[in-house]
Amino acid sequence: MLDARATILDVANLKTIFNTRDGEVHAVNHVSFSLAPGELLGIVGESGSGKSVTMMSLLKLLPMPPAEITDGSITFDGRNVRAMSDEELRKVRGAEIGFIFQDPMTSLNPVFTIGFQIMEPLRLHMRMSKKAARTRAAELLELVGIPDPVARLKDFPHQFSGGMRQRVMIAIALACDPKVLIADEPTTALDVTIQAQILELIKDLRQKMGMAIIWITHDLGVIAEIADRVAVMYAGQIVEHAEVTELFRNPQHPYTRALLETLPDISGSRAKRLMSIDGQPPNLSKAPSSCEFAPRCRHVFDRCRTENPQRRDITNNHDVACWWDASTGEPADV
Amino acid sequence: MLNYTLRRLMFTIPTLLLISFIIFLILDLAPNDPTGNLPLTIPPEVREKIRASLGLDAPMFVRYLLWCNQFFINEPLNMLYEGFNWCIGDCENRLRVTSWSTRSPVVDLIIERLPQTLWVIGMSYVVGILIAVPIGVISAYKQYSWFDQAGTFVSMIGFSVPTFFTGVLLIVVFSVMIPNDSWFWLPSIYDTTHVVTGLDSAGEWHFSTLWSNLSFQFRQMLMPVMVLALYNAAQISRFMRASMLDNLSQDYVRTARAKGLKEKTVLLVHVLRNSMIPVVTVIALGVPQIFGGAIITEQIFKVNGLGQLLIVGIQGADIPLVQTLTFLFAVLIVIFNLIADVLYGLLDPRIRYE
Ligand SMILES: Nc1ncnc2c1ncn2[C@@H]1O[C@H](COP(=O)(O)OP(=O)(O)OP(=O)(O)O)[C@@H](O)[C@H]1O
Ligand SMILES: [Mg+2]
Repeated sequence: MLDARATILDVANLKTIFNTRDGEVHAVNHVSFSLAPGELLGIVGESGSGKSVTMMSLLKLLPMPPAEITDGSITFDGRNVRAMSDEELRKVRGAEIGFIFQDPMTSLNPVFTIGFQIMEPLRLHMRMSKKAARTRAAELLELVGIPDPVARLKDFPHQFSGGMRQRVMIAIALACDPKVLIADEPTTALDVTIQAQILELIKDLRQKMGMAIIWITHDLGVIAEIADRVAVMYAGQIVEHAEVTELFRNPQHPYTRALLETLPDISGSRAKRLMSIDGQPPNLSKAPSSCEFAPRCRHVFDRCRTENPQRRDITNNHDVACWWDASTGEPADV
Repeated sequence: MLNYTLRRLMFTIPTLLLISFIIFLILDLAPNDPTGNLPLTIPPEVREKIRASLGLDAPMFVRYLLWCNQFFINEPLNMLYEGFNWCIGDCENRLRVTSWSTRSPVVDLIIERLPQTLWVIGMSYVVGILIAVPIGVISAYKQYSWFDQAGTFVSMIGFSVPTFFTGVLLIVVFSVMIPNDSWFWLPSIYDTTHVVTGLDSAGEWHFSTLWSNLSFQFRQMLMPVMVLALYNAAQISRFMRASMLDNLSQDYVRTARAKGLKEKTVLLVHVLRNSMIPVVTVIALGVPQIFGGAIITEQIFKVNGLGQLLIVGIQGADIPLVQTLTFLFAVLIVIFNLIADVLYGLLDPRIRYE
């Protein structure tokens, strides 16, 4: 899976468990992926598949307890993140890795001005003076497309619309010129036109600033538009991973194939129903011992119910965790 | 904001007038008799005369208007006269609200008693807040830790055990069981005449005199302040904890952490600032209650503050005194309601009063 190209972030075998009162929740099960500088990695998967928990585990942004990272290694920029002290982690958060969250309506602190909230990381990580930080904050607002930035620094979050707030969140995440930007469903809570604007903005910023991006979404349409590579998550595992054109052209995992079928097709006949994947999402109360997708899979056979498939390479840069072989339609020869 | 405050202030005027009338009505309906404490040998005709001399033979409505005239017009005019020497009208013979039992103006009595109440009761509120806020913050941050459990237990006790019980308990322990030459002994009676000064009986200034006077003042305040502080702290720390917990799970806290802020900044700047909004309101609304709640505590420790004045007034059927004090409590409640609203608007930028 890992080739010789430079990586800024490398995650191997990451496992995160929640110890709740009702028992364990195995939210992330041996997830591995890597990110090259300047690359955009898309992560798709249905709700509850562990996308957010994976990303928050990277920088210990989860409440611990109940969350616990039990296994795996995280290497960022050549450094071992899991061995970092809280103090060292803090210096990575917001400075070298920026985060954007799903709901812009609640992600900003309602009682502080936008200016204060953008200036905070600047003053902390870049040790800027108040004046320099204010100038830079105004530049950032301008960069993310907020008109009249100097005046708006004094405004409070409730004086901005949802799309504007998400732009502010992006400005905060990008404030210290991070090497990696993690965007956790940044457009899910926004309406379609605003969503398109934010996508354009990110594409544009990526060209200007050249950071690597991890983009989490439910929406394969968005992935097709912006991602270089895609990882598909199911039940806390990456079940398929490929370059974006390859994945759309040659999907391997029955779950990926089903996801692609659920996409409404513009050219298709109008009578065609919107598709959905039948069955219940998986139960995460124990570590997977069989294929978690088996109960919903239309190609399921005996081996799927007894053994959890590991990721195997299909072609260069394309791997899948499945016992079924899409090219032959038969059980895979492994 | 200023506009809103002024408008609200104007609305308080009719509200307070109505309240004053209702208080008057209730006191008038109550079966009390200012001559009731006089010896039984006094014949009924004399009693009638005494009552007439107090103005009790006039109809209730007339008496109410007289009180209004005395309280709302004469008292402020008198204050101008005594405070700034501004004389408007007949300054020397103005009829003020006068206590029936002591024959001195009620407002003077109140001004005399106010310092004790403010010192003891006000101090207990401040101490209570200073204890409650950190406890609330830590309990919420370390939810279900032993500190939180202990805090919950203590505040449950502080909240559910009445002050007349804790007060008496402290007296039994610190004034009775501990010998009074011990360093831990505390006086059970508050000495109002005690003045904190560095001058000794010969009129010379000594630091040691000042020190011993100060430490005596501290010791005599300790028990009443602690009894009330425990009660206040129990209440406020619960509010603080709940409010912190509410905010700790908000998305903006995660954003603050993702920015790489220090845990201290996240907690004491981002979360605390939001959590204080409802707590400040509760604190402001509680200020008038401390005067009411203090009545019992003042009684136990013999602090002759406003609470005690009210009790004595009620026992002696001293209607002008009770009427005036009760009305002033009502004023405090109305004013602090307004203050709470204004503070809320100042603290929460989302709220705009138009
Ligand atoms: N604090 C928590 N305590 C217990 N379980 C949790 C907690 N947070 C998340 N989980 C569980 O972890 C699993 C993965 O959640 P996660 O938020 O990563 O999903 P997601 O893929 O981001 O979904 P969505 O698309 O809805 O954001 C879910 O089953 C969820 O119930
Ligand atoms: Mg999520």
